[in-house]
Amino acid sequence: MHIPMRLVLASLALAATGSVWADGGPVTPLLPKMAKECSSCHIAFRPNFLPRASWKQVMATLDKHYGVDASLSDADTAEIAAWLDKTALDVGEAPPDNRITRSFWFNRKHGPSHVKPEVWQRASIKSRANCQACHVNADQGDFNEHKIRIPG
Amino acid sequence: MSFTLRPSLALACLAVTLPLLASANPILDGYKAEIKGNFSAAAGEKLYKTVGPNQLACASCHTDSPKSAGKHAKTNKVIDPLAPSVNPKRFTDVAQVEKWFKRNCNDALGRACTTQEKGDFMTYVLSVK
Repeated sequence: MHIPMRLVLASLALAATGSVWADGGPVTPLLPKMAKECSSCHIAFRPNFLPRASWKQVMATLDKHYGVDASLSDADTAEIAAWLDKTALDVGEAPPDNRITRSFWFNRKHGPSHVKPEVWQRASIKSRANCQACHVNADQGDFNEHKIRIPG
Repeated sequence: MSFTLRPSLALACLAVTLPLLASANPILDGYKAEIKGNFSAAAGEKLYKTVGPNQLACASCHTDSPKSAGKHAKTNKVIDPLAPSVNPKRFTDVAQVEKWFKRNCNDALGRACTTQEKGDFMTYVLSVK
């Protein structure tokens, strides 16, 4: 029996990261505490949505989190910050205010040629950070562009 | 006929009656132990509707009735009802309760709440049937 080497390597890589596959690539499972705490107000954004330096600043300023107090206990803050520090990457520039929605890649994908300005005004969307309004499985880390459903 | 009250039986009776005497919420009892005087549902209701310096009140997200589901003012996230009469999970975990009092008092009132205010607030929300 011949098993292609590429398949073997891919399987090994998957086993090593413990990742599950969504369309478009592996999705790293979130730290359960992070998933629980972030999603009490919004979806838990993916660790690769901000560079490591931005996450560091976000976690250091949870009491002034984009206009609301999102503070956690010192122990929970430290646990989530350490996981993000380990998981996020050192790539890309920190966006202004450490806002995912002001990242260059976000604007490239969500500019006027992709999403008309009036769409952003809809009450069903309300905020550019409301990923799952259109990316219906965003909370599972699935941002596959074929699954986008823009609400009326 | 002689009757002896066994200590174990006496303790069992106490264990059954004590929770009935308490206010039925251990977190509220904890606040009660920290203050002199009593909590007031009326004061709690007033606090619930107070609009603070950021033009926000508890009611802004939790709606005018703690029995209704609310919506996060910024993110649109649905917020489950606050009143334990319709959502029994509320006010059962002290760390959770303290976490949200800290955040929401800061956001709505621009300052921390006192123990008196937290007790008044809980007394009101627990009273909504």
